[in-house]
Amino acid sequence: MKHQAPLIITFVTGVLLVVTFFIPHEPLGSLEQRFLIWYTIVAGFAALLGLDSLVRYHLVKVRDRREGWFYSIILILGLILTLILGFYSWAKFKSPFTLGCPFMYIYTYLIIPLQATMFALLAFFIASAAYRAFRARTLEATLLLIAAGLIMLGRVPLGGWLWRQIAHVIGFIPGVNGVELGKLELFARINDWIMDIPQTAAKRGIFIGATLGGIAMSIRIILGIERTYISSS
Amino acid sequence: MNWFSKIGNIDRRIIYALILLAVATPLVLKMVLPIRISEPVKKSFEAIERLPEGSIVMISIDYDAASEPELQPMLIAILRQCFSRDLKVILMGHWALGLPLGEIALNQVAPEYKKIYGVDYVNLGYRPGYVAQMVGIGKEIRDFFTVDYKGTNIDSFPFMRLVHNYNNIDMLVGLEAGATGDAWVQYVGARFGQKMFLGATGVSAPDYYPYLQAKQIEGMIAGLQGAAEYETLVKQTGTGILGMPAQSVVHGLILLFIIIGNIGYFLTRKKK
Amino acid sequence: MKGILQNSIRLTNKVEYQSMRQKVAARFGRISEKIRNLKVAATCLLLTCALSFAQNPTPPTQVKARDTRNDAGKSITVKWTLSTTDVSDVAVLRGYEIYRSEKPDTMFENIGFALTGKTSYDDTTQDGKKYYYYVRAVSPTGYADSEIVGPASSKPQWFNTDRTNILILAVLFGFLIIWYIERAKKGEKLFIRKIAGLEAIDDAVGRATEMGRPILFSFGLGGITDIVTIAALSILGKIAKKSAEYQTTLIVPNYDPIVMTAAQETVKQSYTEAGRPDLYNESHISFLTTDQFGYAAGVDGIMMREKPGAVFWQGYFYAESLILAETGHTIGAIQIAGTTAITQLPFFIAACDYTLIGEEMYAASCYLKPDPQMLGSLKGEDFAKIVNVGIIVIAAIVGTLAVLKVPGFSKIFDYINDLFGQMRMIFGR
Repeated sequence: MKHQAPLIITFVTGVLLVVTFFIPHEPLGSLEQRFLIWYTIVAGFAALLGLDSLVRYHLVKVRDRREGWFYSIILILGLILTLILGFYSWAKFKSPFTLGCPFMYIYTYLIIPLQATMFALLAFFIASAAYRAFRARTLEATLLLIAAGLIMLGRVPLGGWLWRQIAHVIGFIPGVNGVELGKLELFARINDWIMDIPQTAAKRGIFIGATLGGIAMSIRIILGIERTYISSS
Repeated sequence: MNWFSKIGNIDRRIIYALILLAVATPLVLKMVLPIRISEPVKKSFEAIERLPEGSIVMISIDYDAASEPELQPMLIAILRQCFSRDLKVILMGHWALGLPLGEIALNQVAPEYKKIYGVDYVNLGYRPGYVAQMVGIGKEIRDFFTVDYKGTNIDSFPFMRLVHNYNNIDMLVGLEAGATGDAWVQYVGARFGQKMFLGATGVSAPDYYPYLQAKQIEGMIAGLQGAAEYETLVKQTGTGILGMPAQSVVHGLILLFIIIGNIGYFLTRKKK
Repeated sequence: MKGILQNSIRLTNKVEYQSMRQKVAARFGRISEKIRNLKVAATCLLLTCALSFAQNPTPPTQVKARDTRNDAGKSITVKWTLSTTDVSDVAVLRGYEIYRSEKPDTMFENIGFALTGKTSYDDTTQDGKKYYYYVRAVSPTGYADSEIVGPASSKPQWFNTDRTNILILAVLFGFLIIWYIERAKKGEKLFIRKIAGLEAIDDAVGRATEMGRPILFSFGLGGITDIVTIAALSILGKIAKKSAEYQTTLIVPNYDPIVMTAAQETVKQSYTEAGRPDLYNESHISFLTTDQFGYAAGVDGIMMREKPGAVFWQGYFYAESLILAETGHTIGAIQIAGTTAITQLPFFIAACDYTLIGEEMYAASCYLKPDPQMLGSLKGEDFAKIVNVGIIVIAAIVGTLAVLKVPGFSKIFDYINDLFGQMRMIFGR
């Protein structure tokens, strides 16, 4: 029964939600929303599980003086401090997100800079990844390289400046007006075209495939063919 | 290791150091470059320009501090345009950690145009609910927002008494760092015919091009470049415009790295 | 005498003055009156000009009130054709007021407002009750009412006809999958191509074991409601079993607490199946944080400290994908990624050794456990994709010919558009 119960619940819930997608009549029409609300409640309690896992892991690390145990103390103290200041700000200022309250102080001077710093790492990593990956090893890699180069030029004013210089040089050819040619903003137009046409087409193709795969996977889960999410022990 | 093998294998620390210089130098020198306005950004700008005085614009903050450098300049530029045209602004959002950023932007821009909270703009704050909330506002906004983010009844604000659902909202602006933009278009645009345009990070923007092509959104502001374009249209220099020279130099540097890397690769391969 | 005379003179003067005054007043009065009349006339003229310039609104026409389609009831949709004065300018027309009553000719009340350009309004009602409506076009100078329509009443529907095409496609697709599953059960050999990323799993685990380094597995930022996370769980199961056999440490830092519990169950199960339940360590499958970059920082920290020999990025990722993948490259780990996050695929392709793209992730469970039912569903999915591609190709050819104005194709293209966009045209309202 321990093994069958999850399968039965999955089957009944899955079929019910698929059927009610087509039925607006109450109480079936709002069943999906109801289930989402139930999930939100369960997820809220599951957050306590996560908190327990995190705190327990770091307390054990401190107790056993494992490598890096000092940072575990900082983590636990940070957790407690944020909780206290959050509740205090909520109680005193009606909302922890009121400007000027202690919680917002942590948010503005710790969370924002930390998140922005991590996000900023992307600038460095994209440079090293591009340098390493964009090599013209094969035809496909060459196309990728050329497209990436054109997009990078087209999205910044540098591309406009570069095209105007190229147009100026081409303008030395008799009969060619370099200034008018420069106004064409070729790199920007190519960038717009790549983003509008091949990029969107490729995305749609992958998206259709992934969606069909998701539907097939859902049917397998509902019918109980796919059981990886439940334990059989 | 000979020189062309070296240029094919530059130490990543050198790359990071050069990137740091490339980003920092234009910012320190406060360089400004001319910005070309793209069609999607122009359409977004015109969508608000067309609105008559007193129209209501709802802005959804669907990003957090990580995407602040790209999306906050967009928010500030849009607020400037709205306030300069005497449009009413309602701020709300689906990312709890994003709403303080909205509040920061309002506190920065509103005094510049002498706009008064409750009369010219309102911050409704964050409520959970996501899609249920988006669809629910289509019936009655008070089903989800009876008070603003400070707990004040929204009916105590003059212009909010007229707002019940999307029928009373002239334009919706979604500032997106994740997948919330899809939900706005699919659940609100398609179901209620709400006019909207989106601002998105450079990474998320490609996801929304199909909507732009299908004219399900009026326009799109993509990444820091889009923010710079919008600031140019609003004629106010902000971090978007100031960031473009840095982005230009970095793009150029990365292209240089790619060219150098390929030269090293081909020369090494030839030698072998 | 002098006084009488003076007074008489004064009086005479007064009389004369008064007489003159009366004459002047009379004349002035006539003039005033004329001026007043002129003013009134001018005002009337200006007002008329202003009114005609401001365009008194014309009423909206073709007003209809019907039960809102495909809903759970309690809603009536009022539709109308725009007033001819509707030029989307509030200086000319402010908008439309909707009035409702339960009686056909009296006690109407304003129940809503629609902006210029809008041609419909959804009214919240009580099911079964009859209502009457009219729509008023309102301008700064006046208003104009439409005719009264009704009665209309709302009721819930049992079937959403707008989703008919989805139902048909879902039934067809479901039928295809079940048909292929039955074929596979009967012993028919179904071919599936090799997927490099999945083939490399054993090598990656083996390599980490040889180097004496642990294995790292990450679900990214997906929750348990994301199908891709469930697909990733099946890959985790395979990796966990192999790592139990080779006695290699497996570390799984988590973003979502529910995914963490599912991962713990999966790994425990795999260790038990491999005959090494004693090696299972719950603290290795832990929760980090639900903050995107906090999670990225935590995983990066684990990678820099533990230096795993093999890293698996399987699930749904956002902007942190490149930070994770580049750090993995820095420590020299072999990296196998798989995601349906289309915007992150380029980063994984650039930074990882192998990448499972889109539906290859969903194929993983079929690939790793190739029993007939799994293979059958995979083949059904493939066939559905072929049908999809066929429709796209046909529609693209027809659409191109329509744009080139080849006779007849414009109608065919419109038909194909309507077929997929509005199946109700075939099935009727």
